[in-house]
Amino acid sequence: MVEPPHRRRAHTRTRDLERYAGLFAERTTVMRSSAMRDLMAITARPEVISLAGGLPDTSTFPAGTFAAQMTRIAQESAAEALQYGPTEGFAETVDCIVEVMGAEGMLPDPDDVIVTTGGQQAIDLVCKTLLDPGDVVVCEAPTYPGAVPVFCSYQAEVVQIECDADGMRIEELEAVLARLDGEGRRPKFVYSVPSFQNPAGVTLSLERRRRLVELARQRELLVVEDNPYGLLRFGGEPLPPLYQLDGGDFVIYVGTFSKILSPGIRLGWAVAPPPVMEKIVLGKQASDLCTSTLTQYFVREYFAEGRWREYVESLVEIYRGRRDVMVESLREHFPAQATWTEPEGGLFIWATLPDYIDTGDLLAKALREDVAFVPGQAAYAEEGRGRSSMRLNFSGVGSDEIREGIRRIGNAVAEQVELYGALTGEHQVAPPQPRPAPKDEGEADVLPFRKAGEGQA
Amino acid sequence: MKVAVLKGGRSLERGVSLRSGARVEDALERLGHEPVPIDADADLVKRLTAEEPNVAFVAMHGPGGEDGTAQELLEILGIPFTGPGVAACGRCMDKVLAKQELRGAGVPTPDWFAFNETAFRELGAADALSALEERLGFPLVVKPSRGGSALGVKFAASWFEVPEALVSAFSYDDRVLLERFVEGRELAVSVLGSEPLPVVEAIPGDGDRYDFEARYEIGRTEFACPAELSEEETEAVTGAALAAYEALGCAGFSRVDLILAADGPQVLEVNAIPGLTDTSLLPQAAEAAGMSFEDLVERILDLALKPAAA
Repeated sequence: MVEPPHRRRAHTRTRDLERYAGLFAERTTVMRSSAMRDLMAITARPEVISLAGGLPDTSTFPAGTFAAQMTRIAQESAAEALQYGPTEGFAETVDCIVEVMGAEGMLPDPDDVIVTTGGQQAIDLVCKTLLDPGDVVVCEAPTYPGAVPVFCSYQAEVVQIECDADGMRIEELEAVLARLDGEGRRPKFVYSVPSFQNPAGVTLSLERRRRLVELARQRELLVVEDNPYGLLRFGGEPLPPLYQLDGGDFVIYVGTFSKILSPGIRLGWAVAPPPVMEKIVLGKQASDLCTSTLTQYFVREYFAEGRWREYVESLVEIYRGRRDVMVESLREHFPAQATWTEPEGGLFIWATLPDYIDTGDLLAKALREDVAFVPGQAAYAEEGRGRSSMRLNFSGVGSDEIREGIRRIGNAVAEQVELYGALTGEHQVAPPQPRPAPKDEGEADVLPFRKAGEGQA
Repeated sequence: MKVAVLKGGRSLERGVSLRSGARVEDALERLGHEPVPIDADADLVKRLTAEEPNVAFVAMHGPGGEDGTAQELLEILGIPFTGPGVAACGRCMDKVLAKQELRGAGVPTPDWFAFNETAFRELGAADALSALEERLGFPLVVKPSRGGSALGVKFAASWFEVPEALVSAFSYDDRVLLERFVEGRELAVSVLGSEPLPVVEAIPGDGDRYDFEARYEIGRTEFACPAELSEEETEAVTGAALAAYEALGCAGFSRVDLILAADGPQVLEVNAIPGLTDTSLLPQAAEAAGMSFEDLVERILDLALKPAAA
C-alpha cells in the first residue's frame, strides 16, 4: 500500500519532547495506553478474526434507503444541513430521541435532552460537569472499557463494585458508600450500564434497579445510566430503565443511535435535570459547539419513514443467532475451567479463565493464530484486576468466523491449561469437549459470574 | 537517494515499528533523500523489486524484521540495508542463543536456564525446576526467548509464581529462559559503527520496573543521558557493551541492555534494531553525543553503504 506523502507532522527531537513534557497537563500522566494499544493495532490486520471490537453490524442497513434520504436532504435542505446547529441539538432530533426512549417506557421532557456526538461525548460531558480531580466515581467491575479513560482524564478516583449474574452488587455498593462516608467523601455519581452490560453482558435485576434508584434518592447522589443496548433484547422480559424508575430526578440518562442505527453518524444524547443540563450545555458549547447537523438531518429523515423499529428487530434477530453460535462454540471449545456469561441481549460475552492465565499474554498467543479479543484488564481502572477475563464480541462478525475464532482461542487456552497442569503436577486437564447445556450450578457468585450453561435465556 | 523504509510487519511490536519508521522517513526527507515507506507484508519483495531503492532502512522490531528474516530477503535482492546482518539479527533475537554466545566469549551475563515447551509437555521438565532455587535463587526473571520490549517478561518472587510466569512467557514463544535477577542500575549502551554512544540510564518512577508501558510512555520513566557514572564504571559498562556487540557479530548499529550490579556490569540482551521512536534510547544517546536525529540516520545509512567506514 502506498502511503500519501507529507501526512505527518514535522519531526520532533528528543529535546523538543522534553520541552513538551514540561507542558503536559497533570491529567495526561494518568491517561492509559500503550502496550494494549500496540497489541490492539495488530488486531486490525485483515487476516485476524477480531472478536475484540464492539462493532454493530451495519452491513444489512439498506443502501437504497440511505441513498434516497441523503439525496432528499441534499435536494431539499442543503444549505441548512451544511450549517451549524443549536448546541442542544435540533428539536426534530429530540423528537426521535423521545420516541426511542418511549419504546423502553420512558417519557423524558424534551427540554431535558441534549443531542451529543455519540454516547461517548455524553459520558465526557457528564464528567466535565461533575468531576473535580480526586472526586470519586463508582462504577461496575468490570465496567465499559471506554469509560475508564474518560474517568481517568478527569483525574477521578474510580471505585469498582463487583458484579454477579444480576449486575452490580448493591449490598457491596452500600458498604462502599458507607466506607466513603466514614472518610468524609461522597461519590459524585454511580456509573452503570444496567442492561446487557459492556463488557460483562449481565443485566441489573429489577430488585437491584429499585434499590439503586432508592439509594441515589436517599443519599442525593446521581446515577449515570448508560443504556446503549436496552432495545437489543433477545429474550426474557424487558426491565424498566433506571430513568423510568426514578423519574429523572437523580438519574442522568445516556443514550445513543449507534447500536440501533449507526455508530458512524456519531449521534447520542443525554437527559438530565434542568440545573445539570444547563452546565452540560455550556460544556458542550466549549467542546464542539454543536453535534453534526448533517447526521441529525439524516436521523430525522430516517425516523420519518417510521421503520426504525423493524430495523432494530432485524438486528436483534442477527445478534441472537450470533450469540447462540458463540455460546455453543464456547461450550465446545473452552476448557471446563472456564466460565462465561450468557447475555439476554447486547453485543458481548465475558469469559473468565483460571487465575493463572493472563489474558494480556493470551492475546499475544491468540494473535499468532490470527484471532483477537479484549483482555479483561481494559475494563478495570486498577492495574492487575480482570487479568484472567476477556470480552468477546458477537455482533461484528459472522457465525462462521465466531465459530472459528472461539475454536482458536479455545485451543490457545487449552494449551495453557495443559502446560500449567504439567508444571504444577495438577493433571486436571479437561480437554475441550462438548458439554450438556443447562444445569444448576448453585448460587451465582462474584465474577466469574456463573458456570457455562447455567441460567440460559 | 531512494531509501526504502521497512516498518510494521506482523510482529507484536508493529506499533512501535510504525513510529520508528515514520520518524526515519521524516528525517530522510529533511536530508533530501527520497523515502519509500513500506509496511512489510506479503508484497514486500514485489514492492522492493518495483521500487529499486539504493538502500533499505530496516525499522522493524521483533520477529519478522529484527530476526534476520527481512534481511535475508534484502540480501537475495542485492539491496544494501541498515543495521546488523542476517546471522547477527538471528543471534540477538533469540535470547538463549545470544546468552550462549556471550558466555562463550567471556561477556558477563546473568545465569540462566532455558526450556522448550515440549520439555514440559512431554519430558517432565517440571521435575527439573526444583533445581532452580539453588542455582538461580529468587526472585528470578522469566522471559520468552524471542520477543522484545519486555513483552511476556515476568518476575517470580518465589517458587509458587514460577508456573504462572512460565505460562505467560510461553504465550510469546515456545522457548523461555529463567534468569537470575540481578539488582542494579538499568543501563543501555547504543553502539554506532564500532563506537559506543553515551550511556543511558532508565530510572523507573514509583519503583516500577522498566516494562513495556514504561518504555513507550513519555513521563513513565526518567532517563539520564549520559548516565551519572564514574570513569571506571563507564569504562566497564561500555567495554562489556562493545564486547557483546562484537560477540554477536553486530554491525551498523545496535543497543546493548545491561545491569550495573555491585560487582560490575551484566549484559541482559542486545537489540539488533533498537527503537527509533520519540522515547527510544538510541536517539537520546546520539543526542547526548551531539548528533541530531538526522545526523544519526545519515550515519546509519553511511554504515550500510560503506561498511568499511565503520
